[in-house]
Amino acid sequence: MSVDQEPRDLPGADQPNGRGKTAALAALALGIGGYVAAAVALSRRRESARASMHDSAPGRTARRARFGGYSVVGRTVTIRKPRQELYDYWRDFANLPRFMESVKEVAVEGDLTRWTIAAPAGRTVSVETRIVEDRPGELIAWRSTEGSDIDTEGRVHFKDARGGRGTEVEAIIAYKPPAGELGRLIATLFQSEPALQGRRELKRLKMLMETGEIATSRNHRERTEGDTP
Amino acid sequence: MRALTWQGVHDVRVETVPDPEIVNPRDAILRVTSTAICGSDLHLYDGVIPMVKPGDVLGHEFMGEVVDTGPGSTLKKGQRVVVPFTISCGNCFFCEKELYSACDNSNPADKQDMSEMLYGYAVSGLFGYSHLTGGYPGGQAEYVRVPFSDVGPVVIPDGLEDDKVLFLSDILPTGWMAAENAAIEPGDVVAVWGCGPVGLFAIQSARLMGAETVIGIDHHPHRLELASQLGAETIDFRQTDVREALREMTGGIGPDAVIDAVGMEAHGLAADNLIDRIKQGVGVGADRGHALRQAIMAVRKGGRVSVPGVYGGFMDTFPLGALMEKGIEVRTGQTHVQRYTYDLLRRIGEGEIDTTFLISHHLPLEEAAEGYRNFKTKQDEWTKVVLRPH
Repeated sequence: MSVDQEPRDLPGADQPNGRGKTAALAALALGIGGYVAAAVALSRRRESARASMHDSAPGRTARRARFGGYSVVGRTVTIRKPRQELYDYWRDFANLPRFMESVKEVAVEGDLTRWTIAAPAGRTVSVETRIVEDRPGELIAWRSTEGSDIDTEGRVHFKDARGGRGTEVEAIIAYKPPAGELGRLIATLFQSEPALQGRRELKRLKMLMETGEIATSRNHRERTEGDTP
Repeated sequence: MRALTWQGVHDVRVETVPDPEIVNPRDAILRVTSTAICGSDLHLYDGVIPMVKPGDVLGHEFMGEVVDTGPGSTLKKGQRVVVPFTISCGNCFFCEKELYSACDNSNPADKQDMSEMLYGYAVSGLFGYSHLTGGYPGGQAEYVRVPFSDVGPVVIPDGLEDDKVLFLSDILPTGWMAAENAAIEPGDVVAVWGCGPVGLFAIQSARLMGAETVIGIDHHPHRLELASQLGAETIDFRQTDVREALREMTGGIGPDAVIDAVGMEAHGLAADNLIDRIKQGVGVGADRGHALRQAIMAVRKGGRVSVPGVYGGFMDTFPLGALMEKGIEVRTGQTHVQRYTYDLLRRIGEGEIDTTFLISHHLPLEEAAEGYRNFKTKQDEWTKVVLRPH
């Protein structure tokens, strides 16, 4: 059974304990332990989802990197721009390939988005997502649909940074590759350096938003094949 | 175009590489008219800085004429500019605080991983100084691409020739910031380890900032002579016990501030340095820190330690006890060049600062490898090499 068949109320950033627990129990009842674990990791504050964790660090910074069947990566970057402007840029998904190097194409159809992601050996992986939560200027959360190659859910959260430093943009993604050959391919794509991709992408977004361009040491405009590390 | 490329330890060659072009909107292309070999280029030459790749174009002290500009550049074709070695966007939190060498946005995202791992957070991009700082092709070449050209480059007024202003790119602001970091007060004694270019400019700057006595420490007679000409007292560490001498020359108090203008490849036959040298030789990322250790031991109680010298890794037997027990203040960092360029350009224009005394050799770019070899092995006579690519 895939996560897609589970209830859509992913425990949110600022949800009280009760609702997170309800979601976790519902998932348990359906026999999806991985979902619970992923939900814990996705939570911004551990205590909001699990009272036994007693520091205020985000769940994904826990020393373990896997939560049930899910791997979770996340990163926060502070960008000197108002959060509405950053939200608007991100919400227009056609903008994302500008700073996400592995995303080759984004096609939006109604509330569904189809992503074409570059994988090793010249192959591509296709992911279809549905927006599960959308709070203008604040949060976008999505989940993969059943037809996707990857079982994934994620969110990007925009909040005012302390000291007038702009906006803290936090992106968190949980994913579970399927079994079989495709699964192994996806595992190679993501697990060689799980957090690396997301980290670089957020940095590129920051560069683009703050400076209007993405820094490069290339001396020539043409992009050569295989130049991306 | 022709450019000086790194090929391996003690192996640099002038080769033909593709001309640079405008890549990003804020870029400019310069036709390089003068470019110098820096003491810190010798760390690359000696192979003690990681992540330098064969074929990398070196050089971070350069100036030239603007020949092409992107739509976001504020420069105009034909202008003469000096370019800071630190690449800074001018928009981020750090640039806003004038911490230009901490710029968040100039080191390409895929190059930041290593410096984030080594230092906790990624440092800014620098020209021609390994892939740790962006892998940007440097200026020891006929042409160079300058990113964020609306922020860094300083337009030079007619009438100031290259030799007078070239060092605004690095070593003059670096010597100046070294003296500023020493927080000099009237009546102070300031001791400077290393009378190479940065050390000499630090001496010059410390004098301008009101130090009563500046003491230069080196072992090359000519460099000590230059320090002396700038008004410094001198110590030759090959002939004199440095700590004993500093104590005696300061009435038993010790220098109020010390400046380590040596960095990670300190000379000296002390035991700590021999061990450092062995570790550096086997490539375990060890810095050779004899000068810094000695400076920390020599400084007076409650004194200031300023470190413009370049370090890149880790150091053992660091005198942490002396640092804590004496209540010492340490200030360091890659130079925030853009913070100082206009003030220093004015001082040069008014004749208050003259840096041309430092230049010992002018060479065509084609002889750059010769310049590196001599700057490395004949440090006494080869105080500064300026290359002319055209």
